[in-house]
Amino acid sequence: MRRALHAEWTKLRTTPGTGLLLLTVVAATVGIGVLASAVTDCRAGGCTVDLAKVSLTGVQLGQAVVAVLAVQVIGAEYSTGMIHLSLTAVPRRLTVLAAKALVLTAVVTTAAAAGVAGSLLAADRLLPLAVTDAAVLRAAAGSVLYLVLVGLLALGVTTAVRNPGAAAGLVLGLLYLFPLIGLATTDPDFRRHLDQIGPMAAGLAVQATTGLDSVAVSPWRGLAVLGAWAAAALLAGGLLIRLRDA
Amino acid sequence: MRAALHAEWTKLRTVRGWVVALAVAAVAVVGLGLLAGGQGSCGRNGPQSECVLPVGPGGQEVTDSFTFVHRSLTGDGSITVRLNGLTGVLPRKPGPGGPADSTGPQVAEGDPGDGEPGLAPWAKGGLIVKDGTRPGSTYAAIMLTGAHGVRMQHDYVHDRAGPPVPATTARWLRLTRAGQTITGQESPDGTAWTTVGTVRLPGLPATAQVGAFATSPQYTWVAGGGRGVGGVTGGPSQATATFDSLGLQGTAPDPAWMRTLVGGGAPGQPEEVGAGFRVAGSGDIAPAVAGISGIGTTISQTLIGTFAGLILVVVVATMTMTAEYRRGMIRTTVAAVPRRGRVLLAKAVVLGGTAFGLGVPAAAVVIFVGQRMLRDRGVYVHPASTATEVRLVVGTGLLLAGAAVLALALGTVLRRGFTAVVAGIVVVVLPYLLAMSVLPAEPAQWLLRVTPAAAFALQQSAVSHPQVDHFPIPVNGYFPLSPWAGLAVLAGWTALTLGLAVLSLRRRDV
Repeated sequence: MRRALHAEWTKLRTTPGTGLLLLTVVAATVGIGVLASAVTDCRAGGCTVDLAKVSLTGVQLGQAVVAVLAVQVIGAEYSTGMIHLSLTAVPRRLTVLAAKALVLTAVVTTAAAAGVAGSLLAADRLLPLAVTDAAVLRAAAGSVLYLVLVGLLALGVTTAVRNPGAAAGLVLGLLYLFPLIGLATTDPDFRRHLDQIGPMAAGLAVQATTGLDSVAVSPWRGLAVLGAWAAAALLAGGLLIRLRDA
Repeated sequence: MRAALHAEWTKLRTVRGWVVALAVAAVAVVGLGLLAGGQGSCGRNGPQSECVLPVGPGGQEVTDSFTFVHRSLTGDGSITVRLNGLTGVLPRKPGPGGPADSTGPQVAEGDPGDGEPGLAPWAKGGLIVKDGTRPGSTYAAIMLTGAHGVRMQHDYVHDRAGPPVPATTARWLRLTRAGQTITGQESPDGTAWTTVGTVRLPGLPATAQVGAFATSPQYTWVAGGGRGVGGVTGGPSQATATFDSLGLQGTAPDPAWMRTLVGGGAPGQPEEVGAGFRVAGSGDIAPAVAGISGIGTTISQTLIGTFAGLILVVVVATMTMTAEYRRGMIRTTVAAVPRRGRVLLAKAVVLGGTAFGLGVPAAAVVIFVGQRMLRDRGVYVHPASTATEVRLVVGTGLLLAGAAVLALALGTVLRRGFTAVVAGIVVVVLPYLLAMSVLPAEPAQWLLRVTPAAAFALQQSAVSHPQVDHFPIPVNGYFPLSPWAGLAVLAGWTALTLGLAVLSLRRRDV
């Protein structure tokens, strides 16, 4: 396992674009977050919105970049044929997948933490938000976990689908389609159900700090829903990589 | 060129995964459109529960509810009154302890109750001549408004501005009927009259109801919040008009004045009109609009499946190019058709045509069948004109086609499937999603003006009217650009990217 980890780390580290993608995660998260915080004006009439959520809006764009990174981690191997070499070197295929997942978790955690911290620092200046509040800290930590889980979901899906383009489409579709259907539906119950099962809506419930008695799904349970999606994707990917020819 | 087209068509048609994905795209557009509607209560609770808005003389849906102190007038005549300003009540303003972050607008039902004093900008009080008290009947009115001065309006959609005086001033108003022609005049002192407008009401019968009225539309506070819809609360408002010196000239068959709540359902009560009287009303006399202060849904929302279709089409379109690079097929392709620009053009025509050809029938099914299914389930759907429906259907096809060609061009420039797919989705779908869910109105409108997502304006079915205060913002179904301008933005991006793609395909080794 240590060797597999070392191999995956070397691959990720030396792939051109990894560093740029990680910087993009941070920039997208902080950029959109600062923008959202800056346009939120709390002087007139007070703020009726969840400020923690507003300041962490950037996660919604950052997750797309995290998905790209995660798709690339294994998808690029399939498109270049590198996967044959990887599996020859480490014949226990699940070890390869686990090593990839661990390395991915490590880098995404770092980038996500930087992005979320940047968003909160900006919000601290721009909004009347108590950053050290327990609920806000939970929203921040949850957002980091959210991005990590999105990465793992994308890794699992790509392992199962093997084609990076199709995988990227599938992951972004999974993330963005549920809220879009929710926007269109007129039925509040149906929308609530969508918010409870959609990976993005349920996962982002972890950012809620106000109106907790009216949310469709409680913060940690919502993150667990995304966790279940990620676990299912990794399981499917793990089974398929074991059973299929590479 | 024919050979190139034929080759590209054969490539597209013979890859099973792509054909399946495109079929799924069409099925998704239809399926999500038919499923995502939900349930409504219209027509569910007995014969009285149908949601029907009154229909105006022009055939459009209207809001027609106001307090009317009226008397019948046969033949020609005129009515004059002095209006001593408007006062009103607005719904309570949300405070910091008010409703917390919510996913929808909070519009209270009923009367404003313990609201705060203030006037809605389109609160109205004045004189009106109307074909009976049935909501939706033809009318002409001269009025003082909350913030838009003196206006002469008729038949719901027509609006003419008079002097922009504040709502607190005393103003003399007069309506004169001569045949089917109604003249509205106003005066600061009752002697020097200025004509605001002369209109023809072809449907006005010999005996019409004339009198004083007051009404005030739904009012919406936009709180200082950031989120698209969460920071908005509102409710009904009320306006009170104080009148005196009411004078009616002409043949009035019934001797008494009546007070009727038009659109309220209850029969009118006799009213003693003395030297001065007040009329307080809530409602509006205006075209109906969808959105926060309106009801129901629009047919555009049945097209939500376009997103699923769009993502699939973007993936397939990208892969028609990136798969060639991945497999080395591109060498064979450019060997067969050495003019590389032509290869790309043929691909664009085949993909655009396919996407259009699958989008149009799918959207047609959703629009025509989905609308009926929603109504059957008790959801109120604003009817749209046939021209609008056709534009929505064709527009959905064009949107898919444009996105497909854009994705193809991105795939050619970037050469890597997943980067191109993500880029395609991020530039087309993400701006729409952000505009509709988290962003405040201004950045949302900006995004929908400059990004390829502007083309979603093709799917707008809501109609905007300047004389109705509502929020023509993306979450309410109003796009910042007109449909064809939105398409032009997408076409511009597509042309630009395609040009880049041709350049890079020509210059690069394969």
